[in-house]
Amino acid sequence: MRIPCPTCGDRDRREFYYVGDAQIINRPSPEASEDIWNDYLHNRDNPAGVTKDLWYHENGCNSWLVVTRNTTNHEVQHAELVTKLKGDGS
Amino acid sequence: MRFSGLKILKEGLTGNKGWTNHWRDPQPKQEYDILIIGGGGHGLSTAYYLAKNHGLKNIAVLEKGYLGGGNVGRNTTIVRANYFLPGNSEFYSHSLKLWEGLEHDLNYNVMHSQRGLINLFHSDGQRDAFARRGNAMINQGDDAILLDMEGVRDLLPYLDFEQVRFPIYGGLYHPRGGSARHDAVAWGYARGADTRGVDLIQNCEVTGIDISQGRVTGVQTTRGQISAKKVGIVVAGRSGQLAAMAGMRLPIESHVLQAFVTEGLKPCIDHVISFGMGHFYISQSDKGGLVFGGDLDFYASYAQRGNLPMKEHVMEAGMTLMPMIGKARVLRSWGGIMDMTPDGSPIIDKTDIEGLYIDCGWCYGGFKAVPASGYCFAHLLATDKHHEFASGFRLDRFKTGYGLIDEEGTGSQHNLH
Repeated sequence: MRIPCPTCGDRDRREFYYVGDAQIINRPSPEASEDIWNDYLHNRDNPAGVTKDLWYHENGCNSWLVVTRNTTNHEVQHAELVTKLKGDGS
Repeated sequence: MRFSGLKILKEGLTGNKGWTNHWRDPQPKQEYDILIIGGGGHGLSTAYYLAKNHGLKNIAVLEKGYLGGGNVGRNTTIVRANYFLPGNSEFYSHSLKLWEGLEHDLNYNVMHSQRGLINLFHSDGQRDAFARRGNAMINQGDDAILLDMEGVRDLLPYLDFEQVRFPIYGGLYHPRGGSARHDAVAWGYARGADTRGVDLIQNCEVTGIDISQGRVTGVQTTRGQISAKKVGIVVAGRSGQLAAMAGMRLPIESHVLQAFVTEGLKPCIDHVISFGMGHFYISQSDKGGLVFGGDLDFYASYAQRGNLPMKEHVMEAGMTLMPMIGKARVLRSWGGIMDMTPDGSPIIDKTDIEGLYIDCGWCYGGFKAVPASGYCFAHLLATDKHHEFASGFRLDRFKTGYGLIDEEGTGSQHNLH
């Protein structure tokens, strides 16, 4: 499996650390309800098919990436920098 | 049809014409009292114990493929009760006791072999942790023996004791641990359930769950609608999809775990062994193949096959521990889909929908749990009460943070187990 890092190009999966579903980049406000925090921390859509997940290019450019990937055949379709998706990286 | 030595002798002398099918192939009825979704190890044992322990008759198991075609046919068949934490400890202890009586109970040869399991340790810290775990196992009433290096050498003389990188300090020996013939476990439970009147319906995929006013009323399937008073979801890696049909999201991420088998060899590995310094464990099947595996590939997957990095890691760890296997040729590798929970422990619970129950989240340890999972899930389905041995496996423990069962002590978060 190779991941097309926007900075480094196609790189081997071994260079990346997998975090989980990309929903993790949308952190609820500290005041949000217990249900919202539980959903954010624990519950997952867990799709069989196309998903977006968060990877860290730890042996490369140290970027956080949202990777669009198919969980049924491991096809990697796209990778986007989190800083680009979220503006200034906040 | 009962199996016995006499029966085998008689059939052998009369041309083996008297054997019959192990279970029927019934048409689904319009309505059942209890529907079990998933005809794998856990689903079949649930149906068996519903019929046997609770005297229930009007039950069906719905299986989208064939019986035992999922994880129960794709695992590495380790049976053990070496858990540490309350919640897990009593449950797996109960499961091992059920394993020990299983062949007589089912009248089926599941080839349960208590050949002993040895978890190796390679540092002082690891020795302390295993001593503590062994004491917890003994307190639970199970067996554990702390071996030093010479003790390990007596049992496993072929390990590489000379290497300096990962020296073998000793091992935690669990003599009652071992393995079993995975398919036979599914078949034995299927036959036992069928004999007691359970309808095992194969090629019947559930496509929807009918819910009316907060109560489950039945399911939609590829073979038509089936009504039911209660529905139990027992579908391992596919739990997320089934839960979505009921409008639920689960604390589960599905991952792929790989396993490997070599060509058949003469008997050389008599135990189940796990390496403490890399992800590698191994046993030898009765056919002679070395069956071994490692850790998850560590990304969400439903592909039932893994990638090369984990294959490489597992082979490297194996060669580090026991270079003697280096000339054995690997015949096959495959993957199973693990429903991983944040704390690495399972869920056997009711849902917020009345009449809908779920048994899932077995992570990479579901095989040894097959008897007790069915036993306790059947108890919950039949009585609406949690069985005392499975009372900790609650769905809401992640939300409340109370009663988490984090066996590895790494935290309750996805991707840590």
